[in-house]
Amino acid sequence: MAAVTESPSRAARLGWRRIMALKGASFTVPFFLGFLLFTVTPLVMALKESLYSEKGSGLGFGEKTVEFVGLDNFVEGFGDGRFWASMLRVGLFAVISIPVIQIASVGLALLLDAASQRVADRFRIPLLIPYMIPGIVATLIWIYLYSPVVGPLTPFLDLFGIDANFYGGELIWVSIGNLMAWSGIGFNMLIVYSALRSVDANVYDAARIDGASEWRIAWSIKVPLVRRSLVLTTVLSIIGTLQIFSDTMLFKSMAPETVTRDFTPIMAIYDWAFQQGNFNYASALSIILALVVGTASALFYRLTNKAPTS
Amino acid sequence: MTATIDRSTTTPPRPKRRATASREGTGPVRHSRRTKALVLGGVVFFTLYSLAPVWWLIVSATKNQSDLYTTNGLWFSDLHFTDNLKALFTYQDGIFLKWLWNTLYYGVVGTAGMTLVCVACGYGLAMYQFRGRGVLMGCIIGSFLVPHALLTIPSFLLFTDLRMVDTPSAIIVPSLFNAFSVYLAKVYAEGAIPPELIEAARIDGAGEYRIFFTVGARLMSTGAATIFLLGFVGSWNSFFGPLVFLRTPEKWTVMVGLYSWLKVKVDTSADLTGMVVVGSLLSLIPMVILMISMQRFWRSGVTLGSLK
Repeated sequence: MAAVTESPSRAARLGWRRIMALKGASFTVPFFLGFLLFTVTPLVMALKESLYSEKGSGLGFGEKTVEFVGLDNFVEGFGDGRFWASMLRVGLFAVISIPVIQIASVGLALLLDAASQRVADRFRIPLLIPYMIPGIVATLIWIYLYSPVVGPLTPFLDLFGIDANFYGGELIWVSIGNLMAWSGIGFNMLIVYSALRSVDANVYDAARIDGASEWRIAWSIKVPLVRRSLVLTTVLSIIGTLQIFSDTMLFKSMAPETVTRDFTPIMAIYDWAFQQGNFNYASALSIILALVVGTASALFYRLTNKAPTS
Repeated sequence: MTATIDRSTTTPPRPKRRATASREGTGPVRHSRRTKALVLGGVVFFTLYSLAPVWWLIVSATKNQSDLYTTNGLWFSDLHFTDNLKALFTYQDGIFLKWLWNTLYYGVVGTAGMTLVCVACGYGLAMYQFRGRGVLMGCIIGSFLVPHALLTIPSFLLFTDLRMVDTPSAIIVPSLFNAFSVYLAKVYAEGAIPPELIEAARIDGAGEYRIFFTVGARLMSTGAATIFLLGFVGSWNSFFGPLVFLRTPEKWTVMVGLYSWLKVKVDTSADLTGMVVVGSLLSLIPMVILMISMQRFWRSGVTLGSLK
């Protein structure tokens, strides 16, 4: 190699550049082979599966045949009332819970930023403990806290004459929302807080000299400055919330009457694929869900990024 | 869209540039006592909210089944922690220990391999100009938008064809190829490796692969640690993959195992609540220790990721 490098000939130099580029590209080969096999292939398979349908012989015996049905699965999916009911359920939940969680996260980040360095250092780790707890364990903890037999919450509310059933009816959404807030606020707060810490202090000093109050500074300077981080955490929340699965799956174990098997879109897809064994229809439903999630995130991103940031 | 990393978060002594003049020191404005109390009150409220459920879990793990139902959830009664541990580890021939071991095994093997594959790929994308590089980057960013559920069903069919269903490789092998880790590695390599250093190594006659292992990989070790940590936590927490791809209970992870115990109550009359509580507590101890001791790594990962 070294001999080639020192060669004065231009053609040799060009050849050496090309070999170097190839060697550089070879670093990416293992990843992209795996990416091709475990991301691109399933993606293509999902598209293909969704265009086919498995037709049984009617009695459930004998050979099943796979037929090309074009967009039939999608037509069926778009007209599937139960699937869209689950989508609407989760969509409504997202519209209410995400803003509440985001406001709480920004509020907490602002509080921590306004506190002295010592207080901020002391409280940061305890505030992040929920973020370190695996999602399943977090859900288990809250399921037990909500439980009328083991949990302390129901007897506590009983003292005030409130008869709360955290697993039933509408309240289950409050229960799930609280669980998501508990697990999510710490992470969102951390991102917003790091954005706040990177702001030059002179900006605040200038505002103070102009006579702005701390509240005014928080609202008119700090919040606009962290908007980019906020957009990011909100997009992540939209993607996460619309695909909610494990939390509701665990709640289903405790409240099977309230949390049905098609309670959320992914639960419906899981049910179609692994309980009913209809992979073709389930693939079509997952593509529809992917389209909805993509559209919702893109729409939100567009709307919030229209006006230039500060 | 800054390619340079905010290195202040990856080096231990955080710059406290604002702590002097504007905050507590000689700044022209100080917080009034009322504002201070309000701020502190708010922070304390959120801290209690964050910690109370964990406190409940710790307390409950020390109780026997009947105390769990009858005594105050937020305070201790008779201590039965060691009995509970014994029950947990002997139930069904110590299957919980098996689950812990599986989770650790899938996590360590999968994440170590993933770190190597993804750091090499990120290094290649960051340090070399070659044809198709833009397309590859586009694939990586684009794949962030693909929902997991969309891939799970066809992956199941694919893994069936590859005879991977219900084997550890169904969990380990796909986890080696993590697009987000490649993205982190690329951003990190751009910030941490000066091209002049690579050029100098070349002039000294080192080959490209040798440069990667002696110069590149060493300069990227902090980034690699971040990627490993985030990957390991992700694998410890994962639920959907193991639930779908593993059938035999002996191969399950802790999370799927705990879920199956929670479900038992509905299917039969047995009550495993005590087991689930103690098992949950044990399963999160390694995570909390790991994350607190390595917090500068995952915090740099979080801020790196938010630079998109």
